[in-house]
Amino acid sequence: MSEGGAPGSGTPRPGASRAAVSKEPVAVVGIGQTRHVAARRDVSLAGLVREAARRALDDAELSWQDIDAVVIGKAPDFFEGVMMPELYLADALGAVGKPILRVHTAGSVGGSTALVAADLVAARVHRTVLTLAFEKQSESNAMWGLSLPVPFQQPLLAGAGGFFAPHVRAYMRRTGAPATVGSLVAYKDRRNALKNPYAHLHEHDITLEKVQASPMLWDPVRYSETCPSSDGACAMVLTDRAGARRAPRPAAWMHGGAMRSEPTLFAGKDFVSPQAGKDCAAAVYRQAGVADPRREIDVVEMYVPFSWYEPMWLENLGFAAPGEGWKLTESGVTELDGDLPVNPSGGVLSANPIGASGMIRFAEAALQVRGQAGEHQVPGARRALGHAYGGGSQFFSMWLVGAEPPAT
Amino acid sequence: MPPTSRTPDADAPEVLSAPLVVEFPFTRSLGPVQSAFLTGLRERVVLGVRTGDGRVLVPPVEYDPATAEEIRDLVEVGTTGTVTTWSWNPAPRPHQPLDTPFAWVLVRFDGADTALLHALDAPGPDAVRTGMRVRVRWAAERTGAITDIACFEPYEGDGRGDATPHDGEFTDPVTGITAPARLDYTYSPGRAQSRYLAALAGHRTVGERCPSCRKVYVPPRGACPTCGVATRDQVEVGPRGTVTTFCIVNIKAKNLDIDVPYVYAHIALDGADLALHARIGGIPYDEVRMGLRVEPVWRGDGRYPDHYRPTGEPDADYDSYKELV
Repeated sequence: MSEGGAPGSGTPRPGASRAAVSKEPVAVVGIGQTRHVAARRDVSLAGLVREAARRALDDAELSWQDIDAVVIGKAPDFFEGVMMPELYLADALGAVGKPILRVHTAGSVGGSTALVAADLVAARVHRTVLTLAFEKQSESNAMWGLSLPVPFQQPLLAGAGGFFAPHVRAYMRRTGAPATVGSLVAYKDRRNALKNPYAHLHEHDITLEKVQASPMLWDPVRYSETCPSSDGACAMVLTDRAGARRAPRPAAWMHGGAMRSEPTLFAGKDFVSPQAGKDCAAAVYRQAGVADPRREIDVVEMYVPFSWYEPMWLENLGFAAPGEGWKLTESGVTELDGDLPVNPSGGVLSANPIGASGMIRFAEAALQVRGQAGEHQVPGARRALGHAYGGGSQFFSMWLVGAEPPAT
Repeated sequence: MPPTSRTPDADAPEVLSAPLVVEFPFTRSLGPVQSAFLTGLRERVVLGVRTGDGRVLVPPVEYDPATAEEIRDLVEVGTTGTVTTWSWNPAPRPHQPLDTPFAWVLVRFDGADTALLHALDAPGPDAVRTGMRVRVRWAAERTGAITDIACFEPYEGDGRGDATPHDGEFTDPVTGITAPARLDYTYSPGRAQSRYLAALAGHRTVGERCPSCRKVYVPPRGACPTCGVATRDQVEVGPRGTVTTFCIVNIKAKNLDIDVPYVYAHIALDGADLALHARIGGIPYDEVRMGLRVEPVWRGDGRYPDHYRPTGEPDADYDSYKELV
């Protein structure tokens, strides 16, 4: 696990030096994405993942032979009807003769997939690992996948938006946030997406008025405050110090990474600010030596499928005190030119290939500290947080990446 | 109403069970290689792909299994071939290629280096052997699918020699297929839910209290998800409760016959430690609020309340339910 306190903590093996039990620093040296769209009818699943993987290898200037292992993730099986993607996609991902394994944590899977791959490098099991996550929503129906008619159980009466909208109302009641905050997030993320060539939605004529006039689907959540349904894939090449030295472009270095889970429903669950999310962030900050995330982190890519989750996660992740997250959004702090830009890529609100969305957050955080984010680059970004969640706010995975290698 | 505790009934209801069918017509975009292969079958042409080391793979793949490089060098092979191994299927199941007993066979087409899985129509296992010669029996109606090969049949004779190059071009190519999937389960909700449902049949809501954290779970699950211990103490809750939060649904869900707009609410029944979800009725949708006191309305022989309606009591104070939101 990407856990633990100081290097060398715990009980070293007899004769092992402190250096020998420290973890290998993990570097991101290759990143690739597809252009996310509603339907990629021109490619098979194999062709889709291949496109992202090939771009990540090209970015790292590596070949298939340079990869030691492959770790892939996707959304729940019913979302596409592919039960064993690791079997079906092994040849497309050059995994023949190598280990390939699959990670499975609902919507957070892209993040946890990257963390499993990172652990393989950190533990010196493998030197260079390809990690990839994907989704082809056009080949199935996620809403159907989320609402199987289980005998004897009361059907969910409202779909995914209806599942999350009451929690948004609870947040508004708890914090007194004005009703306009959700539209500000959507307007910001859709404008940011115009600077990201890989984003699904490019709404060139977007205005705040249009967001606020869009239909109220699950009051208090409007149409324009919800994520699209996308086909897409994202891949990264993770490697060790030696691999980073050979890389043609600057690496992003992992300074902390953690996953936390909790039941979907239990007495005392706080859907507005889940304990597992707080604990996960705290673990990442502890590993990275971050005491004040608001001041020490330059940019955040967080998983915001409905716009109101930006202020909610700002509090959950410790960027704002409880009840204060919406004030950061409202005052422009999270804008691309604010002092804590959130989702410069346009975020999940602008592209949601579900299985890949978490990895896209991780990859976009890495692009920022590599200085490779193009038009949506945050100038001088040195430390960035990538965040993913999934299930009914049940799984959390996060990493913090920096432009400098971690102190060892 | 204060909750009441009950011990498990000696005559506990039997555990329920029902079929659960998960079925969906998934679609698949084929990409260039599978598109050519399946369109070829429609035209009675069997295509393979040549790898970097010169082998011919049938069925074809997009990426070289040895080098991982993209491969697009399509070739045509024969419609005759050789059985490389087989297994007799004495009792075909629905939707299998033949409805009379047949052999599952791996067939290496003449000109190919790998084998394809399909069915062989043969009178019995004694008529099948590894190394036997077979040929394609084409389906009368072909659509660009693996079922365009109805099956294989025994064939005495030589086949064509080497594979020959093919550009993979056909008019009106098949670019996608529907791949229906169906899983048949027998679902049992277990003892805790069965007890809960039995009580609901009498319009009573009975949860279970965790012996460790004392929280009352509705519906009960037989175990506390936080403490990980079995829950056995039964506790009747409700029937009244408080709306803790809600949304107004303005779009019609495909599988629901409810007129929009309607209110979908989380309701903490009196005595329960977490909210359940239900529709609110008997009040204009835009007058529903957090803290509204509600009670169930039963219709016909529904297993669950049809909806909840206001009781007319004063709204609950936010502090009294905020831990349940």
